[in-house]
Amino acid sequence: MDNIKPRVKVPKSASAGDIIQIKTLINHPMESGLRKGKDGNPIPRQIINKFTCEFNGKTVFSCDLEPAISANPYLEFSAKVTEPGTFKFIWMDDDGSVYETENKIAIK
Amino acid sequence: MKNKIIAKATAVALTVFVPGIAIAGGPVDDELIIDGDINMITRAAPPEGHPLDEVLSGWLYRTEETRMLETDTFENPGMLEVEDGAELWNTVDGSAGKSCASCHGDAEESMAGVGASFPKWDEASKRPINVELQIDKCRTEEMGAKAYKFDAPEQKALTAYVKNQSLGTPVAINLDEGDMRSWWEKGNEAYYTRTGQLNLSCASCHEQNNGNYIRADHLSQGNVNGFPTYRLKQAALVSVHNRFRGCIRDTRAEYPAAFSDVLMALEVYVTWRGTGLSVETPAVRQ
Repeated sequence: MDNIKPRVKVPKSASAGDIIQIKTLINHPMESGLRKGKDGNPIPRQIINKFTCEFNGKTVFSCDLEPAISANPYLEFSAKVTEPGTFKFIWMDDDGSVYETENKIAIK
Repeated sequence: MKNKIIAKATAVALTVFVPGIAIAGGPVDDELIIDGDINMITRAAPPEGHPLDEVLSGWLYRTEETRMLETDTFENPGMLEVEDGAELWNTVDGSAGKSCASCHGDAEESMAGVGASFPKWDEASKRPINVELQIDKCRTEEMGAKAYKFDAPEQKALTAYVKNQSLGTPVAINLDEGDMRSWWEKGNEAYYTRTGQLNLSCASCHEQNNGNYIRADHLSQGNVNGFPTYRLKQAALVSVHNRFRGCIRDTRAEYPAAFSDVLMALEVYVTWRGTGLSVETPAVRQ
């Protein structure tokens, strides 16, 4: 899909061993596949079906998303930071698109 | 045995009445601070001639979860559309080859506080003008572009973007300009006029019954300081004229056209009723 922009809020730095809050938001219609269009035919399902967050290549959080989840899914989770590195966020779309963004974090 | 049953029945009756008081949907005692930085005014002293003792933001009537969404601009789902508005601000449209930014530059500077003073008197059309109509005026007169259709996503996004530049600024409209007072009078009359098969006026719910339940929902004072508002029900921004029409429809009346004289008068009057409250655009409501 076009015009999909992932947004992420990660602290710029943390102390080693800190548990930090990560907030993510992506604009996406999350069409459930259960609605009918004006012509009476079902609107095909198109949702983000999987979200993954990696830190330095290792998965720290991942979840499957289901059709009942509302548009523009917002996910908030925590992660423990022991070293400086890069968080990589990946959203997978039903149509095969993959939306990605990265955030660096430093250690104080 | 019989006594026991009676005792039980009394207990049931009590539990019905007591929570009825406890869960009345009145305003909460809470402070709205956005991003830990902007202290919002959600309780204000009423302007002279206001029928209520205190002007309260609809934010105070919402559940904790909904209130929380508005305290963080990252979590506020309405901000997605505000971002779209920022893009539109800088997008050239129309035959003159101009964008909003061509004349107004950086909206953060040029539009700061502006949204808090609308609706304003428009001398050219001899009627009040709101942000939506001001945008249309710029588009048709300066940009050579078409006016937006009512509630086009672009109209809502750009309006929300402009009003968002006044986040935190107290609502203050100028009734001394032009003929604003007579429009205020017309709005005042519309506010207290009962309409529809249910025979309700704006005041029936928002003045006499704010804080009470209407079905499963709390009634607020109906202030419009947060419009365009993100409604969880629609999962999108809702304009103030859409909301007016929705309320009037719910009284089972035929509802007037957006930006018609009666709704513009109502916007002037209802905005005045929220005088002193911070602009919350995009507010988050249920």
